[in-house]
Amino acid sequence: MNIQTQPMHRYIDHRGNLIAPLPEWANDTLLQQFYRDMVLVRHYDKKAIALQRTGKLGTYPSHLGAEAIGIAIGSAMQSTDVLAPYYRDMPALWARGISMLQNLQYWGGDELGSSFPSISPDIPHNDDMPFCVPISTQCTHAVGIAAAMKIKGLHRVTVATCGDGATSKGDFLESLNCAGVWNIPLVFVINNNQWAISVPLHLQCHAEHLVDKAKGAGIKGIMVDGNDIVAMYDALLQSLDQARKGKGATLIEAVSYRLCDHTTADDASRYREDEEVKQAWQFDPIVRLKTYLINQNLWSEDEESQWLDICHQRINQAVEQYLALTVQAPESAFDYLYEKADPDLHYQRDALINKAMRMEKQNSGGNNG
Amino acid sequence: MADITLIEAVNLALHYEMQHDPNVVILGEDIGENGGVFRATLGLKQTFGCKRVIDTPLAESLIAGVTVGMASQGLRPIAEFQFQGFIFPAMEHLVCHAARLRNRTRGRLTCPAVFRAPFGGGIHAPEHHSESIEAMFAHIPGLKVVIPSSPQRAYGLLLAAIRSNDPILFFEPKRIYRTVKSHVENNGLALPLEQCFTLRKGTDITLVTWGACVVESLQAAETLSHHGIELEVIDLASIKPIDMATITASLEKTGRLLVVHEAAKTCGVGAEIITRVAESAMCLLKAPPKRLTGFDTIMPYYRNEDYFMIQHDDIVNAARELMEGWQ
Repeated sequence: MNIQTQPMHRYIDHRGNLIAPLPEWANDTLLQQFYRDMVLVRHYDKKAIALQRTGKLGTYPSHLGAEAIGIAIGSAMQSTDVLAPYYRDMPALWARGISMLQNLQYWGGDELGSSFPSISPDIPHNDDMPFCVPISTQCTHAVGIAAAMKIKGLHRVTVATCGDGATSKGDFLESLNCAGVWNIPLVFVINNNQWAISVPLHLQCHAEHLVDKAKGAGIKGIMVDGNDIVAMYDALLQSLDQARKGKGATLIEAVSYRLCDHTTADDASRYREDEEVKQAWQFDPIVRLKTYLINQNLWSEDEESQWLDICHQRINQAVEQYLALTVQAPESAFDYLYEKADPDLHYQRDALINKAMRMEKQNSGGNNG
Repeated sequence: MADITLIEAVNLALHYEMQHDPNVVILGEDIGENGGVFRATLGLKQTFGCKRVIDTPLAESLIAGVTVGMASQGLRPIAEFQFQGFIFPAMEHLVCHAARLRNRTRGRLTCPAVFRAPFGGGIHAPEHHSESIEAMFAHIPGLKVVIPSSPQRAYGLLLAAIRSNDPILFFEPKRIYRTVKSHVENNGLALPLEQCFTLRKGTDITLVTWGACVVESLQAAETLSHHGIELEVIDLASIKPIDMATITASLEKTGRLLVVHEAAKTCGVGAEIITRVAESAMCLLKAPPKRLTGFDTIMPYYRNEDYFMIQHDDIVNAARELMEGWQ
């Protein structure tokens, strides 16, 4: 498989060479910011996996190889827009202002990881959806969110993300279809990383390209090199602008590769050839932009070294904060289920508190003994 | 206002709330020009326009997912499923998202949505149109389930459901959509959710039922009264949560419990009510509790449907057995 031979929206090739004039928005500062963000989230990813391996984090889905897609999404969206993410979207959330601590909290088994704070004074209430674990259901939520914006007359765009496996599900196709019929401000982004856990793309879909599904829904489709952040950001700017102007939804297929296991509970070497992964590393989105920036004298190894120090400081600080967090009270599971609990739930809540106290007592007694 | 039918009461409540709350939108298949297959939404599109009365593509999962998305952004969507039997494609959204959004985000986002569906048998409908699966939804943490059994309660409970900040499954007993009529004051007053309605006072048996079975239960109570057995008939109305206080208070008078529901027996809501009584009010009982339910079978096509519906005589016989066997 050589995903880079496909005709698609691209500015920088995998050797860091410019193959088309950069778009007007692509100033040096922004490209440097993209690079710094991608490096940061990659190192965060490594740290998160290490935390999982040492029992300090739950099952975690690495985003290795998807940094350009996520950073482009989060950077291109306005603070007033709404994101309906899937579980591999930490970079997009990060670029939207959701902290590493919040992400650690979520994968560390704490619901407070989805109680996103406000990311902008423009929007005091954060309306982004939490990570969606069931496959492609977030696409239908995004249709509802975008429709709500249209009904309310707000010029806010919704972005829904999913993996290539999600495109096989009815919810994905129903969402595309409805987005076309209703002409709503919505952008779908497929992270086509070639693998849905162990199922390769050719066993997932017989269409030539996933973006072809846009035709069936009557919406615009763009196939983008998902390892080229310039192309990703450009496609998103175009699509978001079109949506904001009332010109309807767009489907972006971001062609990339999952350089990691599906999650920390997966072992991709059971179903994937090492050679294929080795080939895919040639198209690493971070190396590509770094090469380009260095060739343009916009980045240096000294700056790299300084930035890595900052990254590690920030990551370590987030990890320290995460490890120091107080665990929510066990009865919190009752406190957010309904607006107001019924009498039987109150009884169950009390029973849980008693059980928790008994267990705490036993545990502390055991330790003392 | 003249007496109106249950389906007209649903329509009246929808009109009222859309008039008074601009955040209320309704969506579903055929609900616009057609007014829904049962005409619950008749005239709404003409009054409130296609931005608030939305004909969706024919896709139940989409309808549920879109409803969750709209609700997360402060709208109060009301989704219509044409029949409860068509709700299965939407289950993932109801269970995995509507029920969990508040908890998952620690209250940052909520799902103030109503999912309406006609349910139950007895109208000679085709296959997949006669389900009574309220117990499936009652089993899901985060959902509430409400079933009206009269025009007045359809109006008041639907208003309450729309105004609730929790996701509610609102199942309408279609067998009595047009066969029961009553006076409904269009005053916008909601009835309390999470509460039973005692429809008839009695001293011998507490009969708990809901939906269309309320009709036969009240008829049976009249028949039994002629034979000296007085039933207290309770319309459960809120299937989840269950108002055990009203049921227990009734049992203090009667000491006998009969639960009647159209849904299948195993793991039905009747089992839940009887278990709760056994757990906390066993000493009130003079006789083992009894349930009269649908069979654990797939509802047959309509030639045999009547044999599977709960009849007035079934209730009379069950009540007599409850009295006679344990006096």
